[in-house]
Amino acid sequence: MRRALLLCLLGLLAFGGVAGASEQQPTLAELEREVICPTCKTTLELSDAPVADRMRAFIRRRIAAGDTKSEIKDALVAQFGEAVLAAPPREGFNLLAWLLPLAGATVALAALGVALRRWSRTRAAPAAVEQSANGRPSLDPELERRLDEELARFDA
Amino acid sequence: MARRVKIVLQAAAVLVVAALVVLLGWKVAEKEDGRGLSGALERGERPHAPELAFEPLDGEGEIRLADYRGKAVVLNFWASWCLPCRTEAPLLQDAWERYRDDGLVVLGIDAQDLKSDARRFVERYGLTYPIAYDGNGASLGRFGNTGFPETWFVGRDGRLVGEHIVGEFDSEQLERNVRAALDTPVR
Repeated sequence: MRRALLLCLLGLLAFGGVAGASEQQPTLAELEREVICPTCKTTLELSDAPVADRMRAFIRRRIAAGDTKSEIKDALVAQFGEAVLAAPPREGFNLLAWLLPLAGATVALAALGVALRRWSRTRAAPAAVEQSANGRPSLDPELERRLDEELARFDA
Repeated sequence: MARRVKIVLQAAAVLVVAALVVLLGWKVAEKEDGRGLSGALERGERPHAPELAFEPLDGEGEIRLADYRGKAVVLNFWASWCLPCRTEAPLLQDAWERYRDDGLVVLGIDAQDLKSDARRFVERYGLTYPIAYDGNGASLGRFGNTGFPETWFVGRDGRLVGEHIVGEFDSEQLERNVRAALDTPVR
């Protein structure tokens, strides 16, 4: 258990280090995956539109000038709007784009859990019938209680 | 209780689907509007020009098409990376210089372009007419444009007039349509 936690921690630290390096020294290839061409609406890496070529040249210049990834993205958003980002920023209204799939997945998992539970109960019901002491199907507990009451009244 | 929850969930699902259908219809109608402008001009009709409001390529404030009501407008959609736009730029500048005193405005809409590239283009061709910047190309769909360059002519009454020119125009075509726009009544 401890070893697993340690591994997770190391993994997180390594990921944090890579993310930090990527922010400070971005590459053209990674920005091409994170930026959308306004003409063909695909990521830059898939686009050979003239404006995509100009955007690649712009990104190269900004990388050479020492800009961070955020600064380059901000400069592109200032010109082309937020639609230029392949993934919406995790703030304000755009948070919905991140939270809704998570909420949807949670609801779907919960629904699946409930469905599985019900399914397993209905499967378990016949087994209870088989466990009847006298070999006959057992009665519903409520029905059994009422029957006992009626019999007691009859005896009295 | 469980039945009520079920009904509420079903109603919510129906509402979501209905909202998606309405959204789809609205987007399709919006696109059809743009495509319809060109067809209307070809049928000899004069539809109202869609409203445009964008920041200027240089300077503060906003350039709005409605602000030019009473003037004839050449609306030229361009980008610095568009090769035919380089041929058109001097012709547009010439028309602007010759007819501005008669009430003509040449309005360039620079779309899907980097500002730095657009500014170099403007400087290179010595363009002095107003240029609005539409980085993500939001204006293109409103007019039903499909590429660059495309040119529309707006009469003094705010309605489209003449031809919708897709691709590069020549000087005669420009002259003919500029005159048609200038000849429109103010109202």
